[in-house]
Amino acid sequence: MSKIGKITVKDRDTVSSLQDFLKLLLQKGAVEAVLVQQRLAINNAVMPALITDIENLGQADPLAPAFALNGARMLSRLTRKPLDAPIAAVMRPCEIRAFVELVKLKQGSVDNVILISADCLGAYPNNDYAKVAGMGAGAESTLSFYRNIISGKGTAAQDADISPACKSCEHPAAVNADITIGLLGTNMEENLLLIANTPKGEKLLADLGVKVEDEPLDGRKSALDALVGERIEYRDRMFARTSEAVSSVEKLMGYLRACVNCHNCRVACPVCYCRECVFTTDVFDHEPAQYLRWAKRRGALKMPTDTVFFHLTRLAHMSAACIGCGQCSNACPNDVPVMELFRTVAHGVQGAFGYGAGASLEDEPPLSVFHEKEFCEVTGGHD
Amino acid sequence: MGDYEPTIIAFVCNWCTYTAADLAGTSRLVQPANVRMVRMMCTGMVDPKYIIKALLEGADAVLVSGCHPGDCHYINGNLKARRRMKLLKEILPKFGFDERRLKMTWIGASEGIDFAETVRQMTAEVKALGPNDLRTRMVL
Repeated sequence: MSKIGKITVKDRDTVSSLQDFLKLLLQKGAVEAVLVQQRLAINNAVMPALITDIENLGQADPLAPAFALNGARMLSRLTRKPLDAPIAAVMRPCEIRAFVELVKLKQGSVDNVILISADCLGAYPNNDYAKVAGMGAGAESTLSFYRNIISGKGTAAQDADISPACKSCEHPAAVNADITIGLLGTNMEENLLLIANTPKGEKLLADLGVKVEDEPLDGRKSALDALVGERIEYRDRMFARTSEAVSSVEKLMGYLRACVNCHNCRVACPVCYCRECVFTTDVFDHEPAQYLRWAKRRGALKMPTDTVFFHLTRLAHMSAACIGCGQCSNACPNDVPVMELFRTVAHGVQGAFGYGAGASLEDEPPLSVFHEKEFCEVTGGHD
Repeated sequence: MGDYEPTIIAFVCNWCTYTAADLAGTSRLVQPANVRMVRMMCTGMVDPKYIIKALLEGADAVLVSGCHPGDCHYINGNLKARRRMKLLKEILPKFGFDERRLKMTWIGASEGIDFAETVRQMTAEVKALGPNDLRTRMVL
């Protein structure tokens, strides 16, 4: 049994009914601002925006299958120091999981933030979204995305489909949100569920005057299980394929052959947490003579250098915190399938430490804690 | 291949394993000359990227060796190093690095004999594994 409220969808327009709910947050003074994906007036682009004026919520489109960037970074900017007034952040489950990791790294805070997350049915890669959404169709493209899913046509449209990161995502419903907006297990053209997961969420629904009832969520659970099962199947095939594709250093070099060291994957990564990456410091401003020495030793030196070194080091840094949002692949200019690589390794690393990135605020990140008696196999059985 | 001389990069802590290595030397214990030692103040400051870099540059193996748990001069640096080694032992084998090329030991300041024995054993093991062919190949 959970505390469930409902949003009644008017005229089968899920987007504007959800906007009305968000407007209520500002109208009732529950929050000072809402961080939410907004449809920009320019070319139908969708980007996160911090909205304080109720009118602007008329462009909010949290359900658009667009995912320009991981909003956890944006929320981290808003919460790195205490906020005077509460705000609401409407984010995807993977954005919330990334934010949980950042909070644990002291790069954000959940104080005075209400996390709201709708069930996520996936998003298109940035390059494809513009094509799928068209230049001026407004929220109509969002509604047709869901209509296609409901009618069983699936997510593919105009030679594009939701990104592999979304297809392999086993967390379509947020676990750490205060309020989950349920699309699964309900007819989303008639009703949206408002599920309070935390006391903060329950209080918010009460403050907004939303009628809540204790309801079983059996239908939702079976819809969720079916979706997760499908995605895990896809994910495991992806893991097997990727493991095989990088099983030697030779193969890894082939896998990364198109990488030009732009480091966009690191910039887009919400959990690449260093304020300054060592690869951009003067540690890597090698002496000109050093390049010649390296070249002479092996006969040739690939320029720019340190491509494999960069990716392996990045894996050592972020694999314990990778939440699988796929923004690394989204940001890659040369279509290196980096998400597949990082997720495959991250899955092994998180398994080895018994850790699930983004799962809870309480679990300590693996490399921030250590005990006297553990992992004695590393030192040959001696501790 | 059997007669190649491996290069082992050892990151050792100033307080325990380096002192043990010193003791092994002053005690005139015989040991193979395959180890290149990097003296760190603590194994807790061995960043994973040092180890990754050593292997990509063609080191045949990397040894990280510090104080026994409970003996760390900085209280727990060695325990942090162990978690990082655990991490690398999870990541690097995915890319075909033999896990036996990564070794971690606890060798206290008075254990010169242990140090010499570790070097002997590790050299023999790595010889049997064969050379890391990244030494001569262009790495991207």
